[in-house]
Amino acid sequence: MPSSRARDHPFEVRIDEVIDETPTVRTLVFSDDVMSSALPGQFAMVWVPGAYELPMSVMIAQGGRAAFTIRRQGPASTALYNVRRGQSVAVRGPYGNSFDLKSGRLLLVGGGTGLVPLMRLLSSTGADDRVVLLMGARTSSEVFFDAMASDMIRQNNHPDSRVVVSTDDGTRGVKGRVTDALEGMLAGPSGESLQGRRFDAVYTCGPEPMMYGVVRSAAKNGIFAQASLERVMKCGAGICGSCVAGPDVVCRDGTVFGSEHLLANEEFGRTYRDKSGIAVRW
Amino acid sequence: MDDSMLRTNVGPIRLSKPAVLASGILGISLEVFERLHDSGAGAVVTKSLSTEPWEGYPNPTVVGLGSCVGCDDAGKGDAGGRGGGDADAAATVSGTRRSTGWINAVGLSNPGARNFARMIRKSHDVPIMVSLVGSTASEFEHMVSEFEGCDVAAYELNMSCPHVAKVGLEVGDDPQLVSEITRATKRAARSTPVVVKVGLGSSNYLDTVGAAVHAGADAITAINTIRAIAISAELQTPILSNKFGGLSGAPIKPVALRCVYEITSKYDVPIMGCGGVSTWEDAVEFILAGASAVPIGSALGNDNFGLFDEINRGIASYMGRKGVSSIGEMVGLAQ
Repeated sequence: MPSSRARDHPFEVRIDEVIDETPTVRTLVFSDDVMSSALPGQFAMVWVPGAYELPMSVMIAQGGRAAFTIRRQGPASTALYNVRRGQSVAVRGPYGNSFDLKSGRLLLVGGGTGLVPLMRLLSSTGADDRVVLLMGARTSSEVFFDAMASDMIRQNNHPDSRVVVSTDDGTRGVKGRVTDALEGMLAGPSGESLQGRRFDAVYTCGPEPMMYGVVRSAAKNGIFAQASLERVMKCGAGICGSCVAGPDVVCRDGTVFGSEHLLANEEFGRTYRDKSGIAVRW
Repeated sequence: MDDSMLRTNVGPIRLSKPAVLASGILGISLEVFERLHDSGAGAVVTKSLSTEPWEGYPNPTVVGLGSCVGCDDAGKGDAGGRGGGDADAAATVSGTRRSTGWINAVGLSNPGARNFARMIRKSHDVPIMVSLVGSTASEFEHMVSEFEGCDVAAYELNMSCPHVAKVGLEVGDDPQLVSEITRATKRAARSTPVVVKVGLGSSNYLDTVGAAVHAGADAITAINTIRAIAISAELQTPILSNKFGGLSGAPIKPVALRCVYEITSKYDVPIMGCGGVSTWEDAVEFILAGASAVPIGSALGNDNFGLFDEINRGIASYMGRKGVSSIGEMVGLAQ
């Protein structure tokens, strides 16, 4: 459906549902055909009128609606977090590329709001896919989307599929870092989580040091892997350069990149550029 | 294509190709500069650098124009090879139209002259024009000294940003200050060429050009973005956090072309003709009006880096068709 809507101009949407995921994470649900058809990994620039605009990966929601899932952090994310049911925000986009979804044995590794594009990716997987969604959090109260993901996997995927939760403090699921849990799943001949067979693809989104570990492990084991990067975004369209990481213009060339490409990028996993463009350590 | 026919001189600045990256666009990573150069950019102009790092304004800082007549197709396929999917195919799926024009008030965010100089110190292959922004002659002198030991193809003095107080257009609107800054920078830069970038402010921009030329500027870049505002009809408020920004892209091309033509008529000074270039025809028009090089910026919002090569090739093929053997022969031909 070609639309007369301009990609780069804010389009008003009304929030018709607010879901509290954790004490600091909320999902804002709205109806918008353009954002509902965003691909896994694509993002919108979301404007809270009178306040800020920030990049948000587009979340899936019931009834074919779209959503944003926000962790309250700085002033911009807090302004969006505080938007209530019935209020409007404005969106432009969607921007960026998307995950290259393989079929077979798929491992999705996410942390925090990095789970958002993975949930959309999960919704595109099929009945023959054996999917493991590994989600990490610091502690039990910060785990979210686990029930939704379990339901989706049960309904849509091969019975071998499952959700694995890991928490740093062990209050929920496997104790330790996501990357520790991952090692066991990828290393050696084991791959025991899926009947001794290797994964065909690994997809990850979350804190960059975590993604760096995931991408390195996958590459070491010769498994196809992609990660979705987060950077300071201003234009979203590949003009302003604020999101640059090494040779990559993240908003335009990404946000999804393959492991080989990422491991050759000297900024990946090490630095990001602040609002002035100075590279700082993660 | 015989690449040598595309060589062009902007006064003392020798370029292998006329299409260059405009200031303010993508200019913070050396590796991106290298990609752009490999894609056919004859040079890159950096983001405008200040004495200290600037964060710029809060978002929204960039907005595409709502109307987009005649651009229903979702652009061309991206070069790919970055390891992910295809952004442009994705945009087709979403069924939205691209913008031809943009308004931005990024607020001159930049890492500061010193940090930037450190980054480009190891670069010798890409012709880099360093854009500088400031309020006083001594600031410009100081910034030039930071680039000691770097390969700088030229300094471009931003006297035309329309959305930050005390710099840019506020400087450009004061011919006396333009003259002082140009003289001081020329002295500090020694043999490195100095270009002054002008825009449409509240005084006659031709007076600014005159002040710069008389103070010894080696070339003029014309024009910068034009002060503008975007208002959301539904939300009944200005969109940019700074309210006012600078309009760029196709909507300003005829105005920019007029300025290049007027400057060429009045002054004997080399020009980089900038404003809304998105095709080789646009570039040829600027050259015919009097430009020796053509900075490209906003068009990258609708296209990939291959645009530089596409424009260069288009110019070369036009030259072949018209029996022209050098860019220099075409400069100002429409006068």
